[in-house]
Amino acid sequence: MPKPLLGEQYSDLEQQDGALQFGMWVFLGSELLLFSALFALYASYRSMYPADFEQAIRHNTLVYGTANLYLLLTSSLCAALAVWAMRRGRPRLTLGLLATTIVMGLGFLVIKGAEYLVHIREGALPGRYYHWHELPSFGANRFYSLYWVMTGLHALHVTAGLCVLGWLSLRVMKGAYSVEHHAGLEMGTLYWHLVDIVWIFLWPLLYLS
Amino acid sequence: MNELLRRLLFLPPQASTISSSVDHLHYVVILTTIASAIGLSLLSLYWIVRYRRRESDDIEPPAESAPTTSLWVELGIAGLLFALFFAWWIVGFGQYLRMRVAPANTYDVYVTAKQWMWKFAYPEGAHSIAQLYVPAGRPIRLVMSSRDVIHSFYVPDFRLKQDVLPGRYTTLWFEAPTPGKHEILCAEYCGTNHSTMRAEVVVLSPEDFGRWLAGRGGDPTTAAPPDGDPAVVTSVGPGKPMSLERVGEQVAAQVGCLRCHTLDGTPHIGPTWAGVYGTQVPLADGTHVLADGEYLTESMMDPMVHIRAGFQPVMPSYLGRLQPAETAAIVELIKSLRDVQAPSPGVVPPSQQGLAPPGVTVMPRMQGDVRVGPNGPEVPQP
Amino acid sequence: MTNPAPETAPVLPIAGDQPDYLHWTSGVSSWLFTRDHKRIAIMFYVAVISMLGLGGFFALALRTELLTPGRTIMDATTYNRLFTLHGVTMVWLFLIPSIPTVFGNFLVPIQIGARDLAFPRLNLASFYIYLLGALVTIGGMVAGGTDTGWTFYTPYSDQTPTRLVPVLVGIFILGISSILTGLNFIVTIHRLRAPGITWRNLPLFTWSIYATSLILVLATPVLGMALGLIGLDHGLGLGLFDPAVGGDPVLFQHIFWFYSHPAVYIMILPAMGVISEIVPTFSHRRPASYMAIVVSTIAIAFVGFLTWGHHMFVAGISELDAGFFGALSMFVAVFSAIKVFTWVMTLRRGSIRFNTPMLYFFAFLFLFVFGGMTGVAVATQSLDVHWHDTYFVVAHFHFIMVGGSLTGFLAAAYYWFPKMFGRMYDERVGMVGAAAVFVGFFVTFMPQFLLGNMGMPRRYYSYPAHFQWLHVLSTAGAFILGSALLLALGNLLVALVNGKRAIANPWHSRSFEWLTTSPPPKNNFGATPNLSYSPYDYSLTEEQARAQASSR
Repeated sequence: MPKPLLGEQYSDLEQQDGALQFGMWVFLGSELLLFSALFALYASYRSMYPADFEQAIRHNTLVYGTANLYLLLTSSLCAALAVWAMRRGRPRLTLGLLATTIVMGLGFLVIKGAEYLVHIREGALPGRYYHWHELPSFGANRFYSLYWVMTGLHALHVTAGLCVLGWLSLRVMKGAYSVEHHAGLEMGTLYWHLVDIVWIFLWPLLYLS
Repeated sequence: MNELLRRLLFLPPQASTISSSVDHLHYVVILTTIASAIGLSLLSLYWIVRYRRRESDDIEPPAESAPTTSLWVELGIAGLLFALFFAWWIVGFGQYLRMRVAPANTYDVYVTAKQWMWKFAYPEGAHSIAQLYVPAGRPIRLVMSSRDVIHSFYVPDFRLKQDVLPGRYTTLWFEAPTPGKHEILCAEYCGTNHSTMRAEVVVLSPEDFGRWLAGRGGDPTTAAPPDGDPAVVTSVGPGKPMSLERVGEQVAAQVGCLRCHTLDGTPHIGPTWAGVYGTQVPLADGTHVLADGEYLTESMMDPMVHIRAGFQPVMPSYLGRLQPAETAAIVELIKSLRDVQAPSPGVVPPSQQGLAPPGVTVMPRMQGDVRVGPNGPEVPQP
Repeated sequence: MTNPAPETAPVLPIAGDQPDYLHWTSGVSSWLFTRDHKRIAIMFYVAVISMLGLGGFFALALRTELLTPGRTIMDATTYNRLFTLHGVTMVWLFLIPSIPTVFGNFLVPIQIGARDLAFPRLNLASFYIYLLGALVTIGGMVAGGTDTGWTFYTPYSDQTPTRLVPVLVGIFILGISSILTGLNFIVTIHRLRAPGITWRNLPLFTWSIYATSLILVLATPVLGMALGLIGLDHGLGLGLFDPAVGGDPVLFQHIFWFYSHPAVYIMILPAMGVISEIVPTFSHRRPASYMAIVVSTIAIAFVGFLTWGHHMFVAGISELDAGFFGALSMFVAVFSAIKVFTWVMTLRRGSIRFNTPMLYFFAFLFLFVFGGMTGVAVATQSLDVHWHDTYFVVAHFHFIMVGGSLTGFLAAAYYWFPKMFGRMYDERVGMVGAAAVFVGFFVTFMPQFLLGNMGMPRRYYSYPAHFQWLHVLSTAGAFILGSALLLALGNLLVALVNGKRAIANPWHSRSFEWLTTSPPPKNNFGATPNLSYSPYDYSLTEEQARAQASSR
């Protein structure tokens, strides 16, 4: 059985795993506050331009956003199942599930990219680059500025999450995790769940009127 | 006593109706601050000396039961302090409300701030730079906006300050009881020459103020400001002073307000401007709002916030497309129409060309005077 | 508890058989790549002191310029850049990291009987991220000439002709370092406490670092976001806060102060924690109320998140908002006052040893009470209308930041000097230095209160001539303060080489960090101590406490 290294500040592996997981939760809390600043900004501008925002949301392509929602939710399930498989002692299944998660994550980025292309063609760009004649209001400009910042930041997180998942797959391949000790795997997938949860909030804000 | 404390604390003269009451709270708060800092320091000094460790003392004192302060004492102190602070808060908040809520019969002056100067426009059409002329003994309301970055209008002698924002209006009111001159400073950092963005309030007796206004608003040859600066405040003025309502009519025609709003009470796409100022207007959500300068400005900048009952939410925002002085002029125009009677419903609306009431000449649209948003000129949504 | 360290010694600390952390390995790389929290703390010490020197130098240049109403030594553009540089350096490079990364890093693990922080590698990463952030920030400011002030208010920051993005990137990087440091402390304090330490006998300094870390982790991301958006606005013309495309500049102020007001408590809470250690030690008795200090620490951290709007009473927020923010601000004052009363009450019936750290406590007490009460004054709405953005506010926050945080930093530097370096400092020079710091500070900032009352706005390069004599006084004070700081820190530097050897517990304190040798061994304790008693229990003799700690 592979055993992870015990840091000399810990008295046993259990304490080390616990500390790692707790640290991850604190980090995720910090990440949520990063997005919360954007949510607050969104709320303020939406209350300032309610009609413009509703119009912009109606013009946004619901199908892309919803397809991405399904992709991310399913990928999150796969990531959770990957941990479950490791607990059951089936590392090959874990690897397969992680690969599925990664493929779905890539799919998310592809769809997001396609949607970005549509927006670029329409001219629904942020700030002073905005030139979509169909929706010439300040509110729509605000909406799309926020849309780009929020989804852009989220896409960065998706990319980071994919890197983490790729690294986890490598570790699984090397047999670094065991039935008892797979704190790293749990933490990495936790991060993927955060990426998913953020999208669950972004989806209604940006696509549902 | 007031004078002694004011001088001890280096406060400037009390030149507005609010300043002496603010100073009284100031004295109480600052004297308490000084007393508590010195009092607590002396108390600790006394205890430090009284309970100092002597050479003979055993540094391992016998296991005395070290007295701990009881929870009730702590709570009592906290409660007392809170009561004290809360009392200050009540008085301070009351004064703050008095500062912020202008009385009804104010004389309005429109203030435009830009890097790095102050401009003032008066309802009668006069304007001045770097010197704000106001009559003594009358509440003055400043309607302020900025052309570029955030500035802050600060008159130490009045104990008043208000940030001046771009794309938005803020107001400040004061009443100076006696004639005199008072320094205006910009208090919000606004770039290289922030520290030279100063001006002066010149409080004149009502008669002098009337004379000054007459000299400014009438014959253009005498209209040059006494400081020798002939610059014009409003960007749409044809060069010679014109009353703000007249400017408002021009602007309203240029930017297209009159395509939907009427000046004589005739029903049209948007609510008429006649007889609306100062009334309670019904809103689509069933509430009412007072149609004052603030509401009218908001309607221009952010029209979807309060929709008039019976009208479609179709008006575009004019944020960034109207310059501060232009918005002020439109508000003045609407204000001047407050006594125009709205005709009974059922009258056929006249054609668009005939919208202006008799005696009002609508100037042709002048390109280049209207700031256009990044999306080009906006058309009202159908 | 299983333990890899030998459990042979009957009493703590195990001296002699383990070299101290300064000597167990040597060579430059043993420092640069160390994971020992104590060595990382020393590296942070060097870094933040350098930043203090830099920020202080800028301050002296600014004060020199203000000697005359017009130009003295620089033009307006340089002045505006310099006050931005001073603010950014002092806030993000000195005050925020100072006590947590130096004394928190060094002492929190020892105070809770741990061998290191939970994530030593992350701790080292924090240090290098801090260095990188410092380089990018200062380099960006010097090369780009940022002139917005440390608050970056829009739309001026959108429009300034100077370069802004490098500075924002630098501060963003510093924020990452802050978050990682805070995260490390939180996990360490939760998970690595030695047996016996509960939330009821956790040392008060560790409590304050814990509360500070919570703020760091929760508020810093919001700052990162605010600065990121300003960067996008300025660099790419996104116009999120630009009124020309429908943005609202006041929203930026809300988001900015949502971080930057709690940041004030990031700066002051650790200093309060230091004072809470010093007063019981030198009074030789337990704090008048341990609970009161703990509760007020947590309460300040919490309420600190709800008071940001008191920076905006004249910015165009509604009267209702102003009322709420004003009232909530009073709570912070009440909780701070509870701490002050507890410290003062602790002196009563103690056995007080008055030395340099206590003199710093005395200076802190006066300056903090005065600065704190003027804080209540500026949170009183009608008074703030006159004082907002004047020198009164400048003087107020320097009383808290310099009079509070910097004094706390110096108190900590003297108090823990024997523990950190194993030597004693010169008491007489220390006292003179502390007194000089107080005098210099007082002469610098007391005139600024009066300037504020007279109506002198802040960030003014030139000013009306009748303000001049107070400015001259203030500048004189700044030079006294600068020299005093050199004296105070120079005294420690001399002691580093020439000081007498310190014993394990020169102050006869009961706090846990004094159980181990001075300086501590690499793993802090020979064996994990049993710390089931209060760190302020002076009814125990030193021997009894030691026996308790080494019992199984």
